[in-house]
Amino acid sequence: MNTHSQYRSRVLPWVFLSPTLFILLVFLYYPAWQSIILSLFRSNLFLGTRQFIGLENFRNLLTGPLAPAYKQVFLQTLVFSVLVIVPGLLISLALASMTNSLGKHGKIYRILLIWPYALSPAVAGTIFSFMFNPDTGAVNTFLKQFGGLQPRWLDNPVLAFVLVVCGCIWKNLGYNIVFYLASLQNIPKANYEAAELDGAGVLRKFFRITLPLVSPVTYFLIFTNLTYTVFEAFALVDLMTMGGPMGPPPLDKAGLTTFLIYKVFQDGFGGSSNMGFAAAQSVILMIMVAAVTFLQFKYGDKKVHYGGE
Amino acid sequence: MKHKKIITHIILGIASFLIAFPLLFALLKSTQSPGQVMSARLMPGDMFFRNVSRVWNNYSFYRYMANSMKISLVIMVGKTIFSFFAAFALVFMDFKGKKFIFGFIIVTLMMPTEMLIIGLFDVVSLQPAASAGEFFSWFIHPGKLLFEPVQYGFGWTDKAASIVVPFLASATAVFMFRQHFRNIPGSLMDASLIDGAGPWRFILHVLFPLSRNTIGALFVVQFVYAWNQYLWPRVIIRNESAQVIQVGLKALFGNSEGVEWGQVMAGSVITMIPPLIILILLHDQFMKGIAFSDNK
Repeated sequence: MNTHSQYRSRVLPWVFLSPTLFILLVFLYYPAWQSIILSLFRSNLFLGTRQFIGLENFRNLLTGPLAPAYKQVFLQTLVFSVLVIVPGLLISLALASMTNSLGKHGKIYRILLIWPYALSPAVAGTIFSFMFNPDTGAVNTFLKQFGGLQPRWLDNPVLAFVLVVCGCIWKNLGYNIVFYLASLQNIPKANYEAAELDGAGVLRKFFRITLPLVSPVTYFLIFTNLTYTVFEAFALVDLMTMGGPMGPPPLDKAGLTTFLIYKVFQDGFGGSSNMGFAAAQSVILMIMVAAVTFLQFKYGDKKVHYGGE
Repeated sequence: MKHKKIITHIILGIASFLIAFPLLFALLKSTQSPGQVMSARLMPGDMFFRNVSRVWNNYSFYRYMANSMKISLVIMVGKTIFSFFAAFALVFMDFKGKKFIFGFIIVTLMMPTEMLIIGLFDVVSLQPAASAGEFFSWFIHPGKLLFEPVQYGFGWTDKAASIVVPFLASATAVFMFRQHFRNIPGSLMDASLIDGAGPWRFILHVLFPLSRNTIGALFVVQFVYAWNQYLWPRVIIRNESAQVIQVGLKALFGNSEGVEWGQVMAGSVITMIPPLIILILLHDQFMKGIAFSDNK
């Protein structure tokens, strides 16, 4: 980093900073604080009633009749995140390093592989809904011609779960490949040439050079993918399954594709419109995100190789 | 060596095809008639313009498109400008409390809007106070402002402001500009100072031309982000005429009986086009901007 000599002015820095600071304060910090306050109230969206009830919303989430559903949703979100992130990142890294190894001849794949960056979860969900619609979907019409197997894709809990995972991996590919490609470009070619002189094969080069050198990006991507799968997969779920279908017991307390953020939406803006209950769930999400961020800063830095200056 | 390259090309070719398949499929189906759409046929039909015009007119996609375009462009440009200046102050200006302000901005990286919708909903949707006096008597009362559910909001339900203003600031963008500015040689600023140029001239003649890749990359990132918003507009926009295109898609197949899938696919294809154009136009700046910010 360079040390800059700096402009001195009493007013100007604050003029430059004020739009950003104002928006962050009013539309991020204050709503976050408000979620915490609301989580202590019984509050109905449509009736506009607000009654202070202390920690009862949290108690209801952790014990009592509503708790099993929340526990199931929590567990599902965890499984979903792992199933999306691990294969998603492996596929992305493999494709990016292959593209990178082609040098200039790989330029075409830089467009063909990253265009899903522009893909929205809603579009991905819409296309998947049609392809896998059990009655009118293209996959089943196709299967009918070859043997007549007709899986109830989006009605079957396991298949629906797998499809949402696939849709999410597909949607994330562009984003992940962009960052891997960018990071691979920064690896000096000399590393690979030296390894080749030593007679290292493709796999050896991948595990000994590529994987360690992209580890900072991998950490970054695990973190961003985690927020993506936990929060933004909402549209995918809303369009494909609306949180359903119910799982077999003991997973019958909530729809199998209801994830944490979808439950916040259902409880806060759906039938019961219990904003306080939904706010309590948001607060739990905040605590989780804070914990993950803390862990990332505390342990992420040490285990990761950051390329030399 | 050559042999290996061919295998790589084959694998990447197949992967590219598989990744593009759902979209190609949607594109093909959007050209077919209602009868053909339900068959396994994968040949293009001639109903593309009919499907598009039905979606465009009957399902008000022209309006969703205009709404989404408006909000995405404003967010893209506004966020980039605000973040540029915020990062400028953080890197090139000397003031008290800089570390705190940087922390204040960077912490919001871990506060995605989705997590805040419950609180944000009240702040944005509640009616504003009837008079300035009423507002201030609430505002200066810390017990009410901080420890009770918010009393007054902006009254922006169904207004474009509700899906624009909260997104005009971004920790990501400030962070990317900051990384970029810190890599700019200090001698450039010194030279500019010796010439007697103030901050404005330095920004206009030195910093701005040097920031093209970062700006291009952020344009892509922010446009795609704004265009693809779903949960927040779904919650805050109740009036269909103010709705964005992503949520509009849901209306196309909301009633699962008698859905015209050819039209739904036409709708998905239209929805994809603007972000794809931005990505392709700014592809080089995008890749360079990301590569640069990655090189910490």
